[in-house]
Amino acid sequence: MATKAFQKIYTKITQITKATCSLKASGVGYDELASVDGKLAQVVKIVGDEVTLQVFSGTEGIRTNAEVVFMGKAPSLKVGDQLAGRFFNAYGEPIDGGPVPEGKEVEIGGPSVNPVRREQPSELIATGIAGIDLNNTLVTGQKIPFFADPDQPFNQVMAMVALRAQSDKIVLGGMGMTNDDYLFFKNAFSNAGALDRIVSFINTTEDPSVERILIPDMALCAAEYFAVEKHEKVLVLLTDMTNYADALAIVSNRMDQIPSKDSMPGSLYSDLAKIYEKAVQFPDGGSITIIAVTTLSGGDITHAVPDNTGYITEGQLYLRRDSDVGKVIVDPFRSLSRLKQLVTGKKTREDHPQVMNAAVRLYADAANAKTKLENGFDLTDYDNRTLAFAKDYSSKLLAIDVNLDTTEMLDVAWSLFGKYFKPAEVNIKQALVDKYWKN
Amino acid sequence: MAAKGFVKGIVSNLVTVEVDGAVSQNEICYITVGGVKLMAEVIKVIGKDAFVQVFESTRGMRVGDEVEFQGHMLEVTLGPGMLSKNYDGLQNDLDKMEGVFLKRGEYTYPLDENKKWNFKPLAKAGDKVVAGDWLGEVDENFQPHKIMVPFVFSGEYVIKSVAEPGEYTIHDTMAVLVTADGQEVKVSMVQKWPVKKAITCYSEKPRPYKLLETGVRTIDTVNPIVEGGTGFIPGPFGTGKTVLQHAISKQAEADIVIIAACGERANEVVEIFTEFPELVDPHTGRKLMERTIIIANTSNMPVAAREASVYTAMTIAEYYRSMGLKVLLMADSTSRWAQALREMSNRLEELPGPDAFPMDLSAIIANFYARAGFVHLKNGATGSVTFIGTVSPAGGNLKEPVTENTKKVARCFYALEQERADRKRYPAVNPIESYSKYLEYPEFQEYIAEHISPDWIEKVNEIKTRMLRGKEIAEQINILGDDGVPVDYHVIFWKSELIDFVILQQDAFDPVDSVTSLPRQEFMLNKVIDICRAEFAFDNFLSVMDYFKRVINVFKQMNYSEFESEQFRKFNEELDELLRERIVK
Repeated sequence: MATKAFQKIYTKITQITKATCSLKASGVGYDELASVDGKLAQVVKIVGDEVTLQVFSGTEGIRTNAEVVFMGKAPSLKVGDQLAGRFFNAYGEPIDGGPVPEGKEVEIGGPSVNPVRREQPSELIATGIAGIDLNNTLVTGQKIPFFADPDQPFNQVMAMVALRAQSDKIVLGGMGMTNDDYLFFKNAFSNAGALDRIVSFINTTEDPSVERILIPDMALCAAEYFAVEKHEKVLVLLTDMTNYADALAIVSNRMDQIPSKDSMPGSLYSDLAKIYEKAVQFPDGGSITIIAVTTLSGGDITHAVPDNTGYITEGQLYLRRDSDVGKVIVDPFRSLSRLKQLVTGKKTREDHPQVMNAAVRLYADAANAKTKLENGFDLTDYDNRTLAFAKDYSSKLLAIDVNLDTTEMLDVAWSLFGKYFKPAEVNIKQALVDKYWKN
Repeated sequence: MAAKGFVKGIVSNLVTVEVDGAVSQNEICYITVGGVKLMAEVIKVIGKDAFVQVFESTRGMRVGDEVEFQGHMLEVTLGPGMLSKNYDGLQNDLDKMEGVFLKRGEYTYPLDENKKWNFKPLAKAGDKVVAGDWLGEVDENFQPHKIMVPFVFSGEYVIKSVAEPGEYTIHDTMAVLVTADGQEVKVSMVQKWPVKKAITCYSEKPRPYKLLETGVRTIDTVNPIVEGGTGFIPGPFGTGKTVLQHAISKQAEADIVIIAACGERANEVVEIFTEFPELVDPHTGRKLMERTIIIANTSNMPVAAREASVYTAMTIAEYYRSMGLKVLLMADSTSRWAQALREMSNRLEELPGPDAFPMDLSAIIANFYARAGFVHLKNGATGSVTFIGTVSPAGGNLKEPVTENTKKVARCFYALEQERADRKRYPAVNPIESYSKYLEYPEFQEYIAEHISPDWIEKVNEIKTRMLRGKEIAEQINILGDDGVPVDYHVIFWKSELIDFVILQQDAFDPVDSVTSLPRQEFMLNKVIDICRAEFAFDNFLSVMDYFKRVINVFKQMNYSEFESEQFRKFNEELDELLRERIVK
């Protein structure tokens, strides 16, 4: 970043660690940005006249006489319509070869929305994937992560969801993304002809890991511009939040903070909440919906990152390979959308809640039957029918390659009920059975 | 004269201030940053340096920024007009704030200064009074809001005059009191009180004994909470903590409900904002919002104010208790508060206790829970603060410091269980691990014997024993197979399932089932117990299952029907018919 005239230049660094350096300086504001020999840094500690800077890209090669210039502002982003269609790094600098966008400069990580100025979310987001729309319906203003092992196709599903959702803008925040995944998103968006409504902030595995701390705030700062100023429906994709948390752990470790569970900083909950709580529905129609990815290690959800995330987000989605049908499905048992009851049966057909529950219940009966089979017990006729139902349900509805509208999903479910069960076995209100039952 | 100072060091929201005078621990100060004053609280003093925690973001703060100390601790403003309000953790009125975003350093007055209240005197000139005595009352949302001698007054006063009945604003003089040495003091409708101190203007705090109805069967019937009691709800995410808490706050038979949303999701608070003004209090028929105060420090609001939020809520609760009202305080979640303490202790570089929480965590939790209670006021009236907190144990593991320390002090334990939630058995309160110590209180047993029936407690204990027995048999069946155990075992197991489906499980989203009145709970418990004690004749386990599924189904239909309605009676008859079919004796 260019320095302005008449700025004071410091050249005497007193201490250098792996991520920070300290120097004597005065009149410096907390959180302020500085450049250390051209590398971006942020003020993280002030004790008297000693200022400690966190150097985002690491302190490799920093000299004790490096030139330090304070910029008098916190990390910020120039927001405006020109952001659309562009790719930026963690500092908000273009990485697509295009010009620096013009716009109003806004500090990232800005204030929270006053809770009384929020609106209760009530608008359905259709993705075409029945594992989501039927069982775990998403709502604008919601925040929800995929809990997935690294080998699962969460990025593909997320790209699909983003492109199908009726949003005005999509903001992609990539943290520690492999270059291949970055190119995947770029191609997916450009093939769909959607590039002009997408803003991306990308930190790949090739970039310094501490930089990725800035990514979510950058992405949400851009999202807030479109949601607040333009009243647009904005979908923010954050992948992968576990990498973000790991970067936080590195920083807190180097700041000599006492780690809490799983070596994560004690403030992990607040740090994650500050990001996810930016999801909001405004009364004037603008909204920010956050779909994130939290990668798990061996499916362990008691680890501090998924655990804290689960307490913050409004549900979570699990992907699972169903070996019986050979497809990746959205797991109906562990997935949950806490806001679905705001729209199911209200914005969708009246039978939605009951059909959803009945199908999951029968799927659970099938799981029990499977256990019985594995343990060598005899199966009843009902057990066999639930097993056959489960296969169809899995491949025709739960699989992520399904693309139907919600009414079609409900019709498919009714036809499966009719194929395998008697009305009394599905436990649905009689009035609905009379209306929708298919033989 | 309060001290002044300037900023010397900054690490996140912990700021070191050099002070040029006397300061006290927990004193409030304002730091001027770029023309905006930010509130902070002293949490440690070393020599001339005061360490303060700032209740806002410290972005842009500089060494040398001016600090003004206020000479008092963090206080709340108490007076009529708090009901139906939405406050932040420092008691700022959120509705009075302008703009979509919270502005740093914007503090709004918690009460309405222009509203006129209709005052009725309760004391007269010449009366001798002490702190907490009632001077008069105004009508606040149909609650008699007492105007009291300020709690900070010490010693005895003689009333010189009390205002005539009529309309007054909160700052008008409502009474003039004279101290022992002849000085006159004016009393308005407003007073202030430091949140970290308990309000103790009562004569005694006996053991609580009166049942507090919540309409939730797994609480009222199985593990009851009492007026002035304490309870806590730990549970992993997704087990229904919030739904259960909302159910309690909607249905509990309390005069005032205070909800402290402490570090939780903003959308959950929005749900309360949206629904409570529409929903009706089942006991009075008025809108729920009229009796509710919300203290919202959602997870994205400043961390330091999180600790303040629970204390603010408790102090307001104690204030209403001093008026002889039944107050219910819900805090969701106390874990977030403990985490806020942890962050600050960490920045102060204190030696950590278990899981990096501060060493005095158990004392802090114990002191806080101790502020709840049932009290006899000096004028003979009674009031209560019932406190129910939720705990969000990390990784769902109940062996973590917040859960363990809370367990030591809270008398009711409602353990939400992942397995029950996965099986959609809501509320997912584990019937075997959960407990209510009040069931063992002789005072409570007497109260129940008088108000419900003498054999009630015995039946409740029977339910618990049967649930345990049912669980043991379920485990045996899992190992040995359905045919591997006697048919009798299946009957015992299905009796426990009957208890589970009919009494424990409750549909929080169904208008009828969500709230069960005490007479109805009594009816259902008796009905279920009779079946449990009866003997049935079955020749194989399949017929046991089929039969009990039918029984449960009829009971469920009953649970969905209005009590003693035509439909209810129809299902009851159907049930009796079904029972005659199989009962041997």
